[in-house]
Amino acid sequence: MRIELVKRPQRSALFSVLSPFIAFALTIMAGGIMFALLGVNPLDAFNIYFIQPISEVWQLHELAIKAAPLILIAVGLSVCYKANIWNIGAEGQFIFGAIFGSIIPVLFPQFEGPLVIPLMLLLGMVGGAFYASIAAFLKTRFSTNEILTSLMLVYVAQLFLDWLVRGPWRDPEGHGFPQTIQFGDSAVLPELMPDAGRANWGFVFALVAAVAIWLMMSRMLKGFEVRVLGSSPRAGRFAGFGFNRMVFFTFLLSGALAGLAGISEVSGAIGQLQPVISPGYGFTAIIVAFLGRLNPLGIVAAGLVLALTYLGGEAVQSALGISDKVARVFQGMLLFFVLGCDTLIHYRIRLIGMALTKANGTAQLEAAPKLEEAR
Amino acid sequence: MGGTVSANHDRSNLLEVRGLTKIFGTLTACDHIDLNIAKGEIHALLGENGAGKSTLVKMLFGSLEPNSGEIFWDGKAVKITSPGVAKKLGIGMVFQHFSLFEALTAAENIALSLNDGSPISTIAAKARALSFSYGLPLDPDSLVGDLSVGERQRIEIIRCLLQTPQLIILDEPTSVLTPQEADKLFETLERLRSEGKSILYISHRLEEVKRICDRATVLRHGKVVGHCNPREETAASLARMMVGSEVKAVVRAPAEGIETAPALLEIRGLSRKPATPFAIPLKNINLTVRAGEVIGIAGVAGNGQGEFFESVSGEVLQQDAGSVRIRGKDAGALSITGRRLMGAAFVPEERLGHGAAPRMRLSENLLLSRHATDGKAFVGSGGMVKNSTVYSAAQRIITAMDVRKSAPDPEAAALSGGNLQKFIVGRELDRKPSVMVVNQPTWGVDAGAAARIRQALIELARSGSAVLVISQDLDELFELSDAIAVMHNGELSKPLPIAEATFEKIGLLMGGAEPGHAEHGMEVA
Repeated sequence: MRIELVKRPQRSALFSVLSPFIAFALTIMAGGIMFALLGVNPLDAFNIYFIQPISEVWQLHELAIKAAPLILIAVGLSVCYKANIWNIGAEGQFIFGAIFGSIIPVLFPQFEGPLVIPLMLLLGMVGGAFYASIAAFLKTRFSTNEILTSLMLVYVAQLFLDWLVRGPWRDPEGHGFPQTIQFGDSAVLPELMPDAGRANWGFVFALVAAVAIWLMMSRMLKGFEVRVLGSSPRAGRFAGFGFNRMVFFTFLLSGALAGLAGISEVSGAIGQLQPVISPGYGFTAIIVAFLGRLNPLGIVAAGLVLALTYLGGEAVQSALGISDKVARVFQGMLLFFVLGCDTLIHYRIRLIGMALTKANGTAQLEAAPKLEEAR
Repeated sequence: MGGTVSANHDRSNLLEVRGLTKIFGTLTACDHIDLNIAKGEIHALLGENGAGKSTLVKMLFGSLEPNSGEIFWDGKAVKITSPGVAKKLGIGMVFQHFSLFEALTAAENIALSLNDGSPISTIAAKARALSFSYGLPLDPDSLVGDLSVGERQRIEIIRCLLQTPQLIILDEPTSVLTPQEADKLFETLERLRSEGKSILYISHRLEEVKRICDRATVLRHGKVVGHCNPREETAASLARMMVGSEVKAVVRAPAEGIETAPALLEIRGLSRKPATPFAIPLKNINLTVRAGEVIGIAGVAGNGQGEFFESVSGEVLQQDAGSVRIRGKDAGALSITGRRLMGAAFVPEERLGHGAAPRMRLSENLLLSRHATDGKAFVGSGGMVKNSTVYSAAQRIITAMDVRKSAPDPEAAALSGGNLQKFIVGRELDRKPSVMVVNQPTWGVDAGAAARIRQALIELARSGSAVLVISQDLDELFELSDAIAVMHNGELSKPLPIAEATFEKIGLLMGGAEPGHAEHGMEVA
């Protein structure tokens, strides 16, 4: 028995739209089985996982805090992916944004005033873009595979941050804890509605970025350039669009947005640098980007869903004593099912019995010219 | 003898097809096709692109299953469910697009398709013997990647002959050959006929059909519109049967005062190293195209035309800025956008994926080549695309070129080849470029659309632009050009004025008549 994927002549527009919802439903089903195997009533677990964490206003603020970095990073990544450029290293760019942005509050704590935050945000974007440019440079100069380089640079960034907070940037009065000093008041990203919850301006940045990128991709020549180069590179070259310039553009843009997410997170939610500043936002954002159909507005919705998986993970840990790694499992299943649904939109499955293949020994060889003709 | 062989299940018919029908969705690609192929005849299958020739042949070769209809082989009803069954019956096929592995030798490629476990050395010996006896010299041990397109076709033919078929189907076999290579092929076909084998010959080249085919079946819109003896017909009458109406002949008024007209496109000593192991280096190419004239570049596929086009268009830059000059200014160091801004326009050979992005709408594909030259009209402040302006400009082109389509602004991939080509050519003509470079302007385009495109190119030249046409279709070049140069192995001959040019002379140059040229070529994939 052999399984073949056969390209469909036509993509179903309906199922392209439905795919994220089907994937979500499949994730819930598989999650239910997982909870049952863990000995928990799935319905109770789902209540705790998906319903309770968003039943009060302050909890919605928590959701916004978690969603903001996911959305910011994912809209940047969506531009990369539309251009067929695979930046997998947003986590590292996030960290470098946080490090660059923290230069002011850590090294110049005496510098205060209304300029501090804008400068920190700007530096954060510069840091993320700088770190992303390494992979872009390697790709354009040496044709290295950006998937590998950007991913490996994540670990470099994580270790670099670890070294910083244990070494040169460690708070001298911090009793040896690996962390920097607490940021001063003027270096903390303000909360939107301090009376209602903790959500900060990061969520606004995310929404603005999503709308701006949506506008760029759908209405502007730059977005057209991204789409042409992503879908037919040769036609893009014929149009006069440079591929190398596009590699840099997408990496710098997505790096800057990831950097902005990094500094917003550190300045808004954490308040200092510490060895670990992200529960994997840079990787989860990849799922967000695909779940949102690489459409910035879809990404806002997908970001909120994925943020909920983080909150739900924490909730089941405290309520049921199940490891919060459950969140990772849910995220992984969601990505798996999204990609699976997308594959089945483009291809259909054909089962081929062994006996048959043997009888038509030549049939396989014939497939080559046939495919040739089909194109 | 047209139409006399019609008795049912006549044993003199090798293949008989009755009411063969194939429906794709709402389109009836083949509509009750009747076809008889006698033993020992060369039977032509004529028709425009989209007439249903390929669909019919695929059903005969078992790649497609008919919706209804019957096939009789040697008087017996058969079902051809797969290419394997077709081969077993004795049907062999030589495809227009080869399916060969470049990194393997000819013999290894043949062994792959025979798949009967005999050792490569036996197959090589058989192939060598067969190739000599049919006058198709071939070295079975040579790498396919090193062979010219004509030699690759020989592999396909020998691979087909090794299976001792009774019926051989050839799909547009001469489209990749020089006139002299085609002559060789015709000798082989006549030899096969004399051995009693039958040949189904698919072509749109009417002259060669008249020359070698005993009978012809003409298809139009999926239906058989006639059987005839091509030798009793004229090319014009055959064309009329294929198209269904008179094809307007292309009119080329004599060019006047060309010698003194300004040179709008100059290529001076253009050389280029091969970019990949199988690419062709360009060697010291010189050419001048003046205002008002059409220059044609002939040549067998894969002799450097693609490389030349990329260099002229600016998709690949030159080190010597003076090696490409547009309207008297150096352009060799400018990108394609820079060259467009100087007034040049380009139409590449590949429509889908090069000249147009398949999944994008026609209006977006208009923007593709004109976002810079029409920047003011199409792109507003802040880089916002003026969609409505682009849309109406696209509609203007669609009307001007009579592009047939199913939706107001469909994706490029949804158009037929001919209609997309009309749009792509029209997109550039609409700019009234002063230099126009076109690679294969009517490749795979039906006769009506081809005439329209050719006429438009001539008119562009006569209105004072310089037009350079690269083509493998000699008929087309003779129709269009004021002078024809030949590209062979990366070198360009001096242009021959059309009054002096003959098929014979051009054909010799295409084969590399000048001494010292090793035969070397590649298929442009």
